[in-house]
Amino acid sequence: MTALSPTRTAGSVTVGEELPELAIPLTRTLIVATAIASRDYQDVHHDPALAVERGSKDIFMNILTSNAMVERYAKEWAGPAAVLRKVKVRLGAPNYAGDTMTMRGTVASVDGTRVELAVTGTNSLGPHVSGSVVLELPAEEVSA
Amino acid sequence: MTSYDERLAAFVGRTLSEGTRAQDPVNVPMIRHWVEAMGDPSPVHLSEEAARATGRDGVVAPATMVQAWTMRGYARTVDPAPAAGGFAELVALLDEGGYTSVVATDSELDFVRELVPGDEISVDEVVSDISPEKKTGLGVGRFVTTLKTYRDADGAVVATQRWRTLRFKPAEAPAPQEPAALRPRPAINLDNQFWFDAAREHRLVIQRCASCGRLRHPPGPQCPACQSFEWDTVDAAGGATLYSFTVAHHPRHPAFDYPLVIAVVELDEGTRLIANLAGIEPEDVTIGMRLELDWLDADPDLTLPIFRRATSEED
Repeated sequence: MTALSPTRTAGSVTVGEELPELAIPLTRTLIVATAIASRDYQDVHHDPALAVERGSKDIFMNILTSNAMVERYAKEWAGPAAVLRKVKVRLGAPNYAGDTMTMRGTVASVDGTRVELAVTGTNSLGPHVSGSVVLELPAEEVSA
Repeated sequence: MTSYDERLAAFVGRTLSEGTRAQDPVNVPMIRHWVEAMGDPSPVHLSEEAARATGRDGVVAPATMVQAWTMRGYARTVDPAPAAGGFAELVALLDEGGYTSVVATDSELDFVRELVPGDEISVDEVVSDISPEKKTGLGVGRFVTTLKTYRDADGAVVATQRWRTLRFKPAEAPAPQEPAALRPRPAINLDNQFWFDAAREHRLVIQRCASCGRLRHPPGPQCPACQSFEWDTVDAAGGATLYSFTVAHHPRHPAFDYPLVIAVVELDEGTRLIANLAGIEPEDVTIGMRLELDWLDADPDLTLPIFRRATSEED
């Protein structure tokens, strides 16, 4: 787990700002643990032999986890007070066990307290996920 | 539009599943499981204090976890309920069109409010679009877009999800290529290797005794006439006569074409060798017929002399 930023405020964000990269090693354990945590028991997400039989080269990440990784990446940047309004993704190359997915993002637009991020997650085969996240940021510092 | 297209189009607007309820209300143990596995850094999902510090009333579930609550779980995955209703009908119709494989391509989640422990979630799924047939990298298919609406116990919408899957005809897996059967390997040793090496250069050589000059075949270390171990070779010119032959019908070996004419060929130089005859029907083969040398490059490791009917009767 990477460090969580203190909550950003809408006023501190500028369009074009880049989010720090996040490399996520796609260990076999991660693929299986996240599939089960999302209650997805499809065999292609935990059984290597059956995944190969069905035409994949190995087990691969399920979609709920791809969504969750986009959420995680946005929140690591935005901080705990941010509220997600939208997560929109298009899926591409599978996230196979053993690969690494690198997340990148930029601030696409700021509309009042609503901030839209453009986010991609790329593995060695190409883009696994590309999409956008809309967050509601506090207008001002939240006093804890 | 074909009648199949019309039948598919009739599904647009139809409810595939209605009121599918989560097995459990939103709860902290499942949130913890999710947060740990996903590496979610936010403390607002497990710590009441941290959640209140951000202005929330208490812990909230991660936003994208909304889809997890209504997942069918392990038991129903390994032992699915008998298919029924709109979803089963649509899948059956897609199967009928050959679209038997499925892959999710797009998800668009809109969150109305954050979920909190105790929320009882249910989901409806309605078809919003079925595309014409498209060519994709996976095969030809149709994109099926549905709208999932997640509701709480009061029926209030908490999130919606535009969900697009590609239902496709799996590209025909290439038929497993049977490796071409290879001819049986000759037993090559130090005494006969020169003969097979020369064959690979399309040279038919005859072993010659270096002491008495006698030609001999098959290759061997010693001259049967004078017992000399000294030898060299001469190249055969390629003209020959059929000395004898047989036609093999059975048992068959996959590397050979049948009927297989196996000949004892007498070279004009005087030695005989066993080789296949090519380009001739067994009934046309006659003892004494004139033959000429050709080559069979059977595989990268094996070249053998074969014989064909001579193009000029007397050369």
